[in-house]
Amino acid sequence: MLLGFRPSLRLLSHRHQRLQSRCVQSENTATSAAVDSVLSALRSICGEDGVSLGAAVREQHGRDESVHRCCPPDVVVFPRCVEEVSALAKVCQHHNLPIIPFGTGTGLEGGVSAVKGGVCFSLRNMDQVLDLHPEDFDVTVEPGVTRKALNSYLRGTGLWFPVDPGADASLCGMAATSASGTNAVRYGTMRENVLNLEAVLADGTVIHTAGKGRRPRKTAAGYNLTNLLVGSEGTLGIITKATLRLYGIPEAMVSAVCSFPSVQAAVDSTVQILQAGVPIARIEFLDDVMIDACNRFSSLSYAVSPTLFLEFHGSERSLEEQVLTAEDITQSNGGSDFQWALDAGTRERLWKARHDAWYAALALRPGCKAYATDVCVPLSRLPQIIVETKQDLIENRLTGPIAGHVGDGNFHCLMVVEPNDPDELQRVQMFTERLARRALAMDGTCTGEHGVGLGKRALLCEELGPEAVQVMQHLKDSLDPKNLMNPGKILQQREL
Amino acid sequence: MSGRVLVGVKRVIDYAVKIRVKPDNSSVVTDGVKHSMNPFCEIAVEEAVKMKEKKIIKEVVVVSCGPQQAQETIRTALAMGADRGIHVEVTGKDYEQLGPLQVSKIMAALAKKEDAQLIILGKQAIDDDCNQTGQMTAALLDWPQGTFASELTMEGDKIKVVREIDGGLETVKINTPAVITADLRLNTPRYATLPNIMKAKKKKIANLKPADLEVDITSRLEVLRVDEPPQREAGVKVETVDDLVARLKEAGRI
Repeated sequence: MLLGFRPSLRLLSHRHQRLQSRCVQSENTATSAAVDSVLSALRSICGEDGVSLGAAVREQHGRDESVHRCCPPDVVVFPRCVEEVSALAKVCQHHNLPIIPFGTGTGLEGGVSAVKGGVCFSLRNMDQVLDLHPEDFDVTVEPGVTRKALNSYLRGTGLWFPVDPGADASLCGMAATSASGTNAVRYGTMRENVLNLEAVLADGTVIHTAGKGRRPRKTAAGYNLTNLLVGSEGTLGIITKATLRLYGIPEAMVSAVCSFPSVQAAVDSTVQILQAGVPIARIEFLDDVMIDACNRFSSLSYAVSPTLFLEFHGSERSLEEQVLTAEDITQSNGGSDFQWALDAGTRERLWKARHDAWYAALALRPGCKAYATDVCVPLSRLPQIIVETKQDLIENRLTGPIAGHVGDGNFHCLMVVEPNDPDELQRVQMFTERLARRALAMDGTCTGEHGVGLGKRALLCEELGPEAVQVMQHLKDSLDPKNLMNPGKILQQREL
Repeated sequence: MSGRVLVGVKRVIDYAVKIRVKPDNSSVVTDGVKHSMNPFCEIAVEEAVKMKEKKIIKEVVVVSCGPQQAQETIRTALAMGADRGIHVEVTGKDYEQLGPLQVSKIMAALAKKEDAQLIILGKQAIDDDCNQTGQMTAALLDWPQGTFASELTMEGDKIKVVREIDGGLETVKINTPAVITADLRLNTPRYATLPNIMKAKKKKIANLKPADLEVDITSRLEVLRVDEPPQREAGVKVETVDDLVARLKEAGRI
């Protein structure tokens, strides 16, 4: 039921003007008029300071770290507790306003873009670490807690949360996007490490996906609602608490680097290391183009050929065994220049190339922007897809050094592109689609880590097939019949 | 040469916590607030443990002054690799008024009692920001001091200390025994691992009172009032430079 609205015309046209210059969508006129009439309702929930119409604040909350342009919401609210989130959701439900949850804005797929305007729920004020149980290896966190903040909090306990997507992201945001990282090969992704979620649904209902306060290490109780929400990118509910699985901080770490004559040799080594039962923590692949970029950027002198960066975790004794086994395997596959180190300083130096990869790629063409592709295929198909992809890059004159979490079959082409060159942008676009389809043809996925967001909705249909997409749509319709929860993400818009 | 290093550690409110002042402006809220080892003390412990691993020194003894909870801080240092701990028990009003002068008297007394070759402290605590304990301890013992250390090298029975100063870096060479205070870039402290936390439970922590060391901890300071910094007020936009100048004149700034 829409209230009769009499917005101040001056205010409306002013805002309408600003919005039009960013997102040309006719729906925004009606939406911004509705928002006017609910501002006092929002303020009565969050307080005066908890509601912002400022242009800078809205812009900040309409963009993430992807290449998608900023689509600012009409208003940003800053709830302080789950009760406020629930009340705000009810207001939005009542007035048919889109709801966009916002953690740290470090996503890579445009997940926080308010394509239909609406209300952005910035959850940064809910920043408490709650309920740490060191003996049970679990902790519950609110959305404002980032992964580095949690690990700093845990530093005296001997525990850590290992999922490391690079950015210092909100942990609840990482749950929402099913984030992964460089050590997924040993510790898993968010899917394996979220025990329970508290979430607010579109109508304001608060649910606990595994039951309130529950944190058994395993469960067979009912439908897996926890993992339904993990990766739902804000389209099914707003995550307000996450119970996470913790691990012991490794006693010691060894880092190693090894060069290979071919991509095949590097991947074969990876497969064999895993088959040998080595509990390797990180195994990262850099192709020759990337190594060359890193050599230039960081003044290093690695051999310009496919390279593996490895990291082992364990007790000092087990590390010896792990490293020897890995070294043997790399040697038998033609690997050379195997270097390894135990102390933190040398380890840093050995891995410097991998750490600086993003910046090294950008430095190849100063002034350009970078976009990372994200396909993931079964390990055995990795050499083929990388070789074909490199061929594609050369044929289409594109800059795309490759870095990959090769232990998971996941790799990223860091596409360095001139943002003011429409022809190049077009070629990059076509390339990424070809790459995604190449991965799908090899039994893989178009997105191993970054999520679907705005840009991969069509690919998702190809990947899952219409039947599975239909099931997803049914779930969406039943949990969010008005399509207010982060519209335009994951599932393609339908005419209602 | 005992080869023994004394490291002082302080339990403070965790650096990530938002500090709040009590309504009566007497002090900050500490009840139910997360506490941890002062970050500069972590660096001091790390440096001592590194020296032991390099076999430059033989034993790391960690000291903390405070109520029962100070033992948690000592345990953390033990989990990082210190050998044993000394808890100097100070409670209640005495603890509220405990400051660098009293702590430095305690450290000096312990240095003599334990026949320490070296004292390493954090350069300052993040709650009071005094930056005095190391310097006072050295003065009481009449030992040389290498403060704001960002690099330490043992050279026989002398220590070369690279100090961070306003103009850059200063290198000094001092005799031992000496007092060192650790600055941010001295090292990156290790995180305690579970097996080491387990082992630390078996290490010894001795309990003492200041009186046992014949130290008088009466304070010469009285805190009158604690206030939060003033709330930031909204800015004002002006349309022209003339407006700006007029406003600044009004505010008495020019």
